[in-house]
Amino acid sequence: MINKTAAEMAESLTSGATSSVALTQAHLDRIAEVDRKVHAFLHVDTQGALKQAADVDAARARGEKLGPLAGVPLALKDVLVQKGVPTTCGSKILEGWRPPYDSTVVTHLKNAGVVILGKTNMDEFAMGSSTENSAYGPTHNPWDLTRIPGGSGGGSAAALAAFEAPLAIGTDTGGSIRQPAAVTGTVGVKPTYGGVSRYGLVAFSSSLDQAGPCARTVLDTALLHEVIAGHDAKDSTSINAPVPQVVAAAKNGDVKGMKIGVVKELNGDGYQVGVRQRFEESLELLAKAGAEIVEVTAPNFEYALAAYYLIAPSECSSNLARFDAMRYGLRVGDTDGASAESVMNMTREVGFGREVKRRILLGTYALSSGYYDAYYGSAQKVRTLITQDFNNAFEKCDVMVSPTCPTTAFKIGEKTDDPLAMYLNDIATIPVNMAGIGGMSLPCGVAPEDGLPVGFQIMSPVMQDQRMYSVGAALEAALLSKWGAPLLSLAPSLGGAA
Amino acid sequence: MSALSRDDVANLARLARIEMTDQELENLTTEFGVILNAVARVQEVATTDVPATSHPLALTNIFRSDVVIPSLTPEEALSGAPASEEQRFRVPQILGEEA
Amino acid sequence: MSALTYDDVIAKYEPVLGLEVHVELNTHSKMFCGCSTIFGAEPNTQTCPVCLALPGALPVVNEKAIESTILIGLALNCSIASFSRFARKNYFYPDMPKNFQISQYDEPICINGYVDVEIDTDEGPQSFRIEIERVHMEEDTGKSLHVGGATGRIHGADYSLLDYNRAGIPLVEIVTKIVPGTGKYAPEVAKAYVAELRDILRSLGVSDVKMEQGSLRCDANVSLRLIGSDVLGTRSETKNVNSLRSVERAVRGEMIRHAERLNKGEKVVQETRHFQEDTGLTRSGRSKEKAEDYRYFPEPDLVPVTPDAKWIETLREGLPERPSLRRKRLQEQWSVPDKEMAAMINADVLNIVEETVLLGADPTKARTWWLGEVSRVANEKNVAISELAITSKDIAEIVALVAQGELTDKLARQVVEGVIAGEGTPAQVIAARGIKVVNDDGALMAAIEKVCSEQSETADKVRNGHLPAAGALIGAVMKETKGQADAARVRELLLGHLGQAAN
Repeated sequence: MINKTAAEMAESLTSGATSSVALTQAHLDRIAEVDRKVHAFLHVDTQGALKQAADVDAARARGEKLGPLAGVPLALKDVLVQKGVPTTCGSKILEGWRPPYDSTVVTHLKNAGVVILGKTNMDEFAMGSSTENSAYGPTHNPWDLTRIPGGSGGGSAAALAAFEAPLAIGTDTGGSIRQPAAVTGTVGVKPTYGGVSRYGLVAFSSSLDQAGPCARTVLDTALLHEVIAGHDAKDSTSINAPVPQVVAAAKNGDVKGMKIGVVKELNGDGYQVGVRQRFEESLELLAKAGAEIVEVTAPNFEYALAAYYLIAPSECSSNLARFDAMRYGLRVGDTDGASAESVMNMTREVGFGREVKRRILLGTYALSSGYYDAYYGSAQKVRTLITQDFNNAFEKCDVMVSPTCPTTAFKIGEKTDDPLAMYLNDIATIPVNMAGIGGMSLPCGVAPEDGLPVGFQIMSPVMQDQRMYSVGAALEAALLSKWGAPLLSLAPSLGGAA
Repeated sequence: MSALSRDDVANLARLARIEMTDQELENLTTEFGVILNAVARVQEVATTDVPATSHPLALTNIFRSDVVIPSLTPEEALSGAPASEEQRFRVPQILGEEA
Repeated sequence: MSALTYDDVIAKYEPVLGLEVHVELNTHSKMFCGCSTIFGAEPNTQTCPVCLALPGALPVVNEKAIESTILIGLALNCSIASFSRFARKNYFYPDMPKNFQISQYDEPICINGYVDVEIDTDEGPQSFRIEIERVHMEEDTGKSLHVGGATGRIHGADYSLLDYNRAGIPLVEIVTKIVPGTGKYAPEVAKAYVAELRDILRSLGVSDVKMEQGSLRCDANVSLRLIGSDVLGTRSETKNVNSLRSVERAVRGEMIRHAERLNKGEKVVQETRHFQEDTGLTRSGRSKEKAEDYRYFPEPDLVPVTPDAKWIETLREGLPERPSLRRKRLQEQWSVPDKEMAAMINADVLNIVEETVLLGADPTKARTWWLGEVSRVANEKNVAISELAITSKDIAEIVALVAQGELTDKLARQVVEGVIAGEGTPAQVIAARGIKVVNDDGALMAAIEKVCSEQSETADKVRNGHLPAAGALIGAVMKETKGQADAARVRELLLGHLGQAAN
């Protein structure tokens, strides 16, 4: 049951072949079986999930009209608040905190009858590319437990790849949905900025953050996209327009006549050999399916990484100021005679991890008087240039493509001592967030040299998310023909206790 | 490129309200040297005639009506409080003064 | 304690002022969320994820707050920016949940306005123009209760208790450009400016502008320079100025304090000081070696505000009458001499006099009561007139009763006394105290005849044309009638009785 797609599970529920409670229990059993090794979950909400499932079953029995994913289980990245359920953002500073409110994404999920199994592991406050920055220990890639599952949303991606859930929610600021999807052989989408509400998404970098759908297939991802997207009056930066028709596009998968732009600066030059190879094979498949491959250039992309590592830390240095031990979260050092100031300082020292502290200080510096123009101010200008590059390129093509990231999953511990090397993982994904456009990663094979998954990235213009799904579905279908079975059927089974 | 001294980093930690150890300050000073070197290249293209982008979307005038909606109950509001007294958040003695 | 007088100070130095006024708007909901703004609610009953700054919460701008701010800008003759943005002002303080305040930095919504104020000088009324640098929007902080210290102040407290009901209430900040050229009238000009601002804001209906409740707050910046110099002196900023009178006292006090230091050859420290109501002096607050770096940047959770010209014009057309024009109009309507007008403004009774007139009272009579008897009692009790129990309705009633002859002025004073003492409405006081004008001529004649027969010699004097002697007889008749007779009527009847014409 757990190896099905979400769409297939939904079909089983509608037909009565199974119940949501049974389906949920099957996933809870799977989590109990493998999560000790994978560590995708920080919190499993057994009671809550079974109750949600029972409610859906009862509603179905009453003949109520239910949404297409009602009763299907899902894993939620621990950066989104869920009322009454521990939300840690992968940090010690929020250990045990139970929010008194739901994020809008969670409200949509609950209204749609989706069953939330629990909260998944992540790099602390979404800062990282490997989930090694979690204060609760890393998540292990189901393909090879000694390797990283990507980050910051490694937990959600690993949960999918380990069949612990058919659906997951991630968030993406510089690639945190797409890069984990690439290294775990799953599908992940960052919608157009403003397409999904940020209300209740604990902010890392406000002008870049976006929640998005993750699954094992393009269609499942599209179905989830339509559940969580839409305007929210509680988020001033959310788009007031109809949700793009992504499910229709995913079902259609027609790329005849579409122009697919290969970004010269992101064409795989210097990337791992197998990554580049699989990317180029995928281009051939798309061409066979009727698309026209064109080359486009984006000369300012080489500055994107630098600009990102100024904008994101700046915004986060301000967003994380609220964690001060006064109203919620960790408080240390509150002994006789201690001042509020010293309690704040001690708590933040102990409660935040190394990467978070590094970025807070970097951001504080970049915003400082005297340095603003040179750093934050300049980075915001680079943003304009990158947006212009995309606009220019999209005049020549309908979508742009690249490998999602330069390498396959590296070993846990391999890059933790070299921040810059770690940051380079996001080199192909970051430009998408800078311009606020849509980005998808789907699996396009395994690298011959290590047998690990490779991701193919599709980028669509603002508000044209459906194009990613058309191209993604087309590629997915072509690859399925080529392989004969989904890629994840090649993943290790992880089965058996201990 | 500008390098940061250890005092500069200590000052940043003070501004950010983080009580760092000597070792942390040392490590960060070194790391910042490398990182700032890398990110400073934004200045190469950020010329005066390029406008800054604060937002990916050109939205303006997003408002809400002046209507009262229900608040959290005091229990909910205080639910995460490390300490509370008389329905208020209890915090240690504050040394500084209000702005 | 130095012997430096104010006159000493202004003989040598001239003051430069800067005034920052914060106004709490009277919107129903907060600046960035839908929590209620009602004053005095139980602690932490008007909070939500947004104003508590829970992780994940986001602000959404209150449209009414924007409208109110634009109205304020227009009333202060400002230009309204066609493009305006919010910015984050970053600093840590427990009463500010996000540890940044959403405010405005280099793109405020209103700029470059002015306010004209008039004050009384030795040379007669003089007008000063105060230029406005900017008007911008921000949010208020929560309230702290400091526990354990001697006076409930922050110094020496053991811990603090935070109530966030006030956090997020819309605030408008009005900042003047520097104000030179006020000379010895700096304290009066400052006071007149805040008073005028208060009247303008009240007429706009955007705030209840109660300084005692904190919905209007003033920070006064003062510096001194030698007369004739164009080099600005170091300024100090004084906070906690909670009344118009305190504005005047604070400016005067700071001028003296600065002069004392400068005369001794000491430098004035650039710092924030707190005004102390009881002494009229200021106390040093935070003296920072390094100025706080607020690291302003545009608020990424909000989008720019671009009010269109049509909206602004509609608001401009809806502006109410300017307080200064209203004052001129009332002065003309009521035929009030300049000195009396100034007295009313100074005593802050103009509004209540107008209320009384609108209830039907004669303007001069209304003015006389409020400026006379009621002011006297207020001064005696050392309170503001607004704190007394007597209302415009009461005075209007009393004026009407006197006009109808139901009360004499003397009896009316007793009624006023009774109402202020909390004995009830004028009707209730009259009934309870048995106050009654003796109108009945028959009763009066009886009293008159009695007095004349008891004081026959004095009565004869009057019969013989010596009119001043009538005074003693009138007095005796008043006594006889327990003061409830109308003295003028008594005189008329008495003179008539004694064969003299009343004139």
